[in-house]
Formats: sequence, structure tokens, C-alpha cells
Amino acid sequence: MIAASNIIPLFVALPLAAAFLISLLGKRIKRLPDALGVLVALILCGLSLLSVRLHNIHGILTYSAGAWKPPIGIGMVLDGLSVFMLVTVNLVAFCVVVYSVNYMEKFTAKWKFYTLFFLMLGGMNGVIITGDMFNFFVFLEIAAVASYALVAFGTERQELEAAFKYAVMGTVGSLFILLGIAFLYSYTSTLNMADMSSVLAQKGTGNITLMVSVLFLMGFGLKAALVPFHAWLPDAHPSAPAPISAMLSGVLIKSLGIYALCRIFYNVIGMSPAISSILLFLGTLSMVVGGLLAIGQWDFKRLLAYSSISQIGYIILGLGLATPLGILGGLFHLFNHSVFKSLLFLNSGAVEYATGTRDLQKMGGLAKRMPVTATTAMTASMSIAGIPPFNGFWSKLLIIIAAVQAGRYGYAFWAVLISILTLAMYVRAMKYAFLGSLREGLSRIKEVPLFMKLSMGALALICLAGGLLLIPGINETFLQGARDVLLEGTEYAATVLKGIK
Amino acid sequence: MAVYLLCLVLFSLGLYCILRKRNIIKIIVGVIIAEYAVNLFFILVAYRMKGRSPILSPDAEILNMVDPLPHALVLTAIVIGLATTALLVAIAMRIYEKYGTFDITKIRELRG
Repeated sequence: MIAASNIIPLFVALPLAAAFLISLLGKRIKRLPDALGVLVALILCGLSLLSVRLHNIHGILTYSAGAWKPPIGIGMVLDGLSVFMLVTVNLVAFCVVVYSVNYMEKFTAKWKFYTLFFLMLGGMNGVIITGDMFNFFVFLEIAAVASYALVAFGTERQELEAAFKYAVMGTVGSLFILLGIAFLYSYTSTLNMADMSSVLAQKGTGNITLMVSVLFLMGFGLKAALVPFHAWLPDAHPSAPAPISAMLSGVLIKSLGIYALCRIFYNVIGMSPAISSILLFLGTLSMVVGGLLAIGQWDFKRLLAYSSISQIGYIILGLGLATPLGILGGLFHLFNHSVFKSLLFLNSGAVEYATGTRDLQKMGGLAKRMPVTATTAMTASMSIAGIPPFNGFWSKLLIIIAAVQAGRYGYAFWAVLISILTLAMYVRAMKYAFLGSLREGLSRIKEVPLFMKLSMGALALICLAGGLLLIPGINETFLQGARDVLLEGTEYAATVLKGIK
Repeated sequence: MAVYLLCLVLFSLGLYCILRKRNIIKIIVGVIIAEYAVNLFFILVAYRMKGRSPILSPDAEILNMVDPLPHALVLTAIVIGLATTALLVAIAMRIYEKYGTFDITKIRELRG
């Protein structure tokens, strides 16, 4: 009988092995990158769903790399939050890989794309499951460096400019994180997150944890594109190829930014009222600024990128409330936003694939020619704007109710207002792109190929069915497990250390 | 104490370079300076006053040794820094091919 915890390293090993094999053989064997890519992504998606089941049976699972017991060796931890993030990341990654099979045909070096893609995926999965602080930093950098290269993938003027900006800002963010890790190590003399948390609880928090908190807030704020640190996102996300935009906006900023913020502030350092109010403020600021900047955009992908900043604000607002309902709403919105924002980016890619433009003013009436793209884009837009019964409605509702319950009426007011603004901007975008009469010069366009349609359809179905995650019975297995990890706070240390013994 | 302050000065110098310089190559150099300041800080964390090297030998008694772990971490951080720098320089070369300049005030097609 193989121990259940042996599943954990596979999440990192499989994508890295796929990246290696594709870079080795992909140039010679023409169909290998596609076939291997889809296969590995499918296996990862299956494994992540299996890990939900395993987590329900066994509870928290730990794995010691090379049989060196933590806190000496590197530990990997699979708890409710990790399971939740793994499902989100690998589900979106699978849909994106299926989409890329057709979409990436127009680029010459498809195997390079898949290599970088799987490096990024491996890095993200590693960030999610690692229980070691420095290991965490290494995986974060693997994912980040691969994403810088992927933004520059087109190697045209704008792509390069955006990639340079993104790479410099991302590196500065990573440096702040590394500096924070150095401070934490010098204070606690350990790198294991659980051990670190218990040492911090014994030694008490002082000026040094305040300093570390500020460094991490800046570092992960840059990665998550919270508003004072958002300048790279509206350039980098539209410039990348559409599947990569979907990955970046859909899951990268969440696993490197929000997940990391949650894990460190809730489970390692411990949530304090000061951090909570900073998160609330930054979240609302991102929500408002992102929403206001998005509404004036004519570039479809740029609009989506600004809207990502705005929706990240919602997630941070929910998580910053630090009440059970707020955290649940924040996490649920994280999942939903991954699904509908990657779907919208894939739609924008499909439109660009068929018409060759991203300018909303040059589109119009595409619904007649591209029914699948138009229907899925409508579904995603209604989800993101918060129209029932789509998933976005439920998560926004939870966040707003949580804000009212916590007595934060001002924040709840802004959340409602920006929700209306979001509706307005997506109605406008959909009207210009898909409705109305077909423009001259666009009469010859065709619907996109099969795999792109399949992937968009699957994501649209998840948008529609996402609300079911809140039904009692399903809710306990998936969302509440993740919420409980954050709610138990620094108790995390005791749970993990018990799991190792 | 002075050496910690100098380390901070080095980090700030790197950040200043990233924020204020217009030349892409100088920005990359700024990134490298800041990176090495952080690495230096890691080494300083490991340092112990009058500490000896952390090698176990039968005749020597270990009383006060420097912490070997950050050294290993810094090696990893240097390798990561190398990857980032290589990528930044590669992008800078491509930018020069396309725009014919390293001046970031002239490389501004994305805005709004």
C-alpha cells in the first residue's frame, strides 16, 4: 500500500519532467509537445481532484523530501488551502493547454512555449504545496522567471517593453520577499513554516515582525498587483499570448500573490488588526482604481487586465475582513475569478485569432459569425458582473454580506458600487464586440477551431455550475476546508508538526 | 553595526538606480546591486563574532561557529539571480534591436 502523501511531490515533479522532455524532444517530434502537454495537464488536473478526496479521508498530509524530517529537511504540506489552490490552478491550466493546441499554431516555436508553460506551472504548484520558507522563494522565482519570458514570447516591440517592465518590477518584489525571509530566519533560526510559526508564537512579536510584514506586503503586493504596486499588470497581461494572459491573470497573481499573503499572514506571522485594516484599505483601493481605469479602455485585453486589478481587490477585501464568512467569500471569489477571467482572456484571444484585432471599436456583430465565442464571453461577463445564477454573484454577495456583518459599511458600499461599474463596463464591451451589425471587412471571419471551442465551453460550464460549490455537502469538502486553514491561524504550526511526527 | 548600515546603503543604491536611471543597462545593473546587497545581508545574518568555520573534526571542540545554512541559501539565491539577469539582458538586447535605443523615455508605446 502506497502512502497517500506520496501524491504530493508529483505536483512539482510532473510539470518539471514534462518541461524537460518537451525541451529535449519537442523540436524533433512534431506532435509531441501537444500530446504530452495535454496528457500531463490532464493527469495533474485528475491528481488535484484526487487530492480533494485524499484530504477528506486523511486530513492534513505531509511529505518530507529525501526522508529528512522537517524542521531540518524540506517539508511539503497538503492541507485544505493547498488542495483548494491546486484544484484552481490545475483546472485552469488544463483548459489553457487544450486551448493552446490550436491557438499557438501561429507562433513558430511551440515547444518553447510548452517548456516555459510547464516550468511556470511547476513553480506555482511548488509554491502552493511547500512548507519551507526558502523552498517557497525558489518555486516563486521559477514561476516568475518563466512568466517574464512568456510575456516576451511574441518578441515584438510592445511585448518586449512590457516584459522588461514586468521583469524589473517582479525582481524587485522578489528581493523584498527574500529580505523578509532573511529577517525571519535571523529571528527564528528556522526555515520551516510551521516551526517558524511556533517559534514566533513563543518569542512574541515585536518590531522585527512589523518590519517583515511590511516587506512581505510590498513583495507579495507587487506579485498580486495591489494598487500602489500595479503598474506592470496592465502592460504585461495584454502583451502576452492569450493562453498566457489567461494563466497570468487567472492563477499566477493568485498563487504567487494572494495565496502567499494568506499563508504567511494568517498561518505564519498571525493576523493582527493592523494588517487586517491595511489589507482592507489596499483591497478597496485596488477595487476602485482598477474599476475606474478599466471603464475607459478600448483595447479588449487591457480592459480585462484592469478589471483583474479590480477583482483582486474584492478577494483581498474578503480575506482582509478575517471573519469566517469574509474568508469564505474571498476564497470563493478567488476560484470564480480564476475561471471567468481566464475564460474572458481566452475569448479575447479567440477574437484576435479570427479578426486580428483587439480594438473594441473595430469589432461588432461577431456573435453571428462566432456563436461559441460570443456565448461563452457573455457567460463570463455576466459572471464577473455578478448576475445570478452565475458563480460571480454568489461570491460577491458573500463578501458584501460579510462586510456588512463586520460593521464595515463603507467598504460594503464601495463593493456594491464597483459591482455596478463592472456590469456597465462589460455590457459596453460585449455590445461593441459581439452585438449589433457585422462590420465591413469582417464578413469572411470564421469560428475558431475545435479545441479552442472545447476549452472555452468547459470553462463556461464551470461558471454556470460554480454556484453549486456553496451547497451543503460540497461546500464542506472544498471551500470550508480551505477556510478552516486560514481561520485556525497560527494553530497551523501545531497541526502540521503533529502530522510530521 | 557599520557593516549592516553599509549593506542597507548598497540596497538603497540599487533601488535608486532602478527608479531613477533612464538607461536600460543601468537599470539592470541596479537590479544586480540590490540583489547582491540582499545576499550580503544573508551572509551577515550567518556571521558570529569570533566564530569558527562549521567543520566537525575530532580534536576541535565546537563552541562558537558561524551558521552554515545561509551560505547554502545564498548560493541558490545567486543562481536565481543569474537566471533573472540573463533574461533581463536578453530582453534588453531584443529591445535594442527593435527600438535602436536603450533610453526608456523613448521606449514608451504602452500607456493609458
